[in-house]
Amino acid sequence: MSEATAHHADTPRRRRQINLPYVGLAPAWLLMIFALIIPILIIIAVSFAVRGAYGGFDWGFDLSGYRQILFNEGWTGEMEFTPQYLIIILRTILLATVTTVLCLILAVPVAYWIAGQPGHRKSVLVFLVTLPFWMSMILRVYAWMIILGKDGPLLRFFEFFGAPSGMTFMYNDGATLAAMVYTYIPLMVLPVFASIEKLDGTLIEAAHDLYGNRWTTLRRVILPLTAPGIASGGILVFVPAFGAVLEPTLMGGGKQMMMGSLIQLQFGGGRNWPFGAAIAMILMMLVMLVLVGLALRSARNEVES
Amino acid sequence: MKLQHDVKRYPGLGIISTVFFIYLYAPLGIVVLYSFNANRITSVWTEFSFKWYGSALNNSALMSALKTSLTVAAIATVMATTIALLAALSIIRGKNVRYRKLSETMVNLPLLLPEIVLAVATLILFSLIGLQNGMVKLVIAHSAFCTPFAFLPIRARLQGMPLDFEEAATDLYASRWIVFRRVTLPLIFPGLFAGAMLAFLISMDDFITSNMLSSGGTTTLPVYIFSLIRAGTSPELNAIATMLIVASLVLATVALTVAGRGQRTDAT
Repeated sequence: MSEATAHHADTPRRRRQINLPYVGLAPAWLLMIFALIIPILIIIAVSFAVRGAYGGFDWGFDLSGYRQILFNEGWTGEMEFTPQYLIIILRTILLATVTTVLCLILAVPVAYWIAGQPGHRKSVLVFLVTLPFWMSMILRVYAWMIILGKDGPLLRFFEFFGAPSGMTFMYNDGATLAAMVYTYIPLMVLPVFASIEKLDGTLIEAAHDLYGNRWTTLRRVILPLTAPGIASGGILVFVPAFGAVLEPTLMGGGKQMMMGSLIQLQFGGGRNWPFGAAIAMILMMLVMLVLVGLALRSARNEVES
Repeated sequence: MKLQHDVKRYPGLGIISTVFFIYLYAPLGIVVLYSFNANRITSVWTEFSFKWYGSALNNSALMSALKTSLTVAAIATVMATTIALLAALSIIRGKNVRYRKLSETMVNLPLLLPEIVLAVATLILFSLIGLQNGMVKLVIAHSAFCTPFAFLPIRARLQGMPLDFEEAATDLYASRWIVFRRVTLPLIFPGLFAGAMLAFLISMDDFITSNMLSSGGTTTLPVYIFSLIRAGTSPELNAIATMLIVASLVLATVALTVAGRGQRTDAT
């Protein structure tokens, strides 16, 4: 029997090969359609729904979820411009951008230095960069709560040199930023390192032979050639930073919210689902805009080169 | 030679990098240090003590959260890794597959969306279809966002592997199943292992989705830790944190060693 199938293996195998990949892909498609596509379609619908009387929502088409981002409805139904949510959106854009830029500024020299180390030491250093990524994210934020918090080492240090006793480092954008840079930095160092390691060293020498100083070489040779690594590191940091929930909730406190913590608040207490969904849509759109923009840019660069 | 070396070197990088690694590890070190402090007020040092470890281990809410997390992570890892393996085999090894690119995007979709959006979207779906069981909700959501993390290392491994071994086995009359079982599977094992470890890690570490979906009986570890942090820093929390840091240290070392060994066998 087995011999027979083996001899005619070619025919049945070819027939099966057409079908098998689709069978193999089916579970992935099913899972993603059920747990991703359908939920996203539903949340689009909910962002246009009407807020229910007792939390939740009623189906319908209504723009109040989006209107609420900019306007507050008064008792008599008049619309009043309130910038509080706009400020949260702008803060989110600002903090995510600054986080990405700070990570980049820190990652490039470190990645360059690691790439220049001898073999074994290099792999140990890469391991050390990767390691914090394996540690719980919430604990890494918590570590910064201890450092910046009440009775924390940093405050102790400043109090020793005569800082006023009521001073605090917590519950402001700076604290959120500190925790964000700290939690996402490994995601920037690794792709930038991978790019720098592939860099052809002779190009740097050539730049110097052509009288380019270190700064010019960095700007005109090293950075352009590591652009792919910088771009993928940028995406890896920017997307989670843009949707950050933990850092603004724990470090920023209730007042300094970002879009992620605002969305969580709207759904957490079942307070206003259509409004939360509308904010989520804006968040998703902004991230998509950045991703599509980067994709188009890299496509154009490929065409040019 | 000396001159050549100098050209590529930028002064001060060593110092920046040293500061960077201190910056990376000092905060974790402080948590570990404070966990051995006998004083109830975290940052006032009195004496070295293990007592917070004892009280952490006797905390039944913590243990129940740990159990929930481990169960969800184990099931989600198996599901995500299986689905990712099937998808990777089909995309890389399948012949005449249409929608290859689209399928790949589909599998990686969770990476492109902010997690909070997915979390609330899933919450609405589950509430609409009336799914009550907290465990089932968590397993479905975790399987979905863990799949790309399992997929990427497996795909990378499959792509880097020539077809020669599989073709040789087929020439020697091995059936498709035997080829997969005896040739493909052992060869992609490092990728498979790395993918499974990543999926497990991502599931164990997840806060945003779990916090959205968790209900009374099903609190995962990060959600429980979040509630502890909300209640204020405590030395017991530091002890819990230290144990988790040590656990991830062990896990990471094992995972990266196995993955690294896989790369070394390639080189020979």
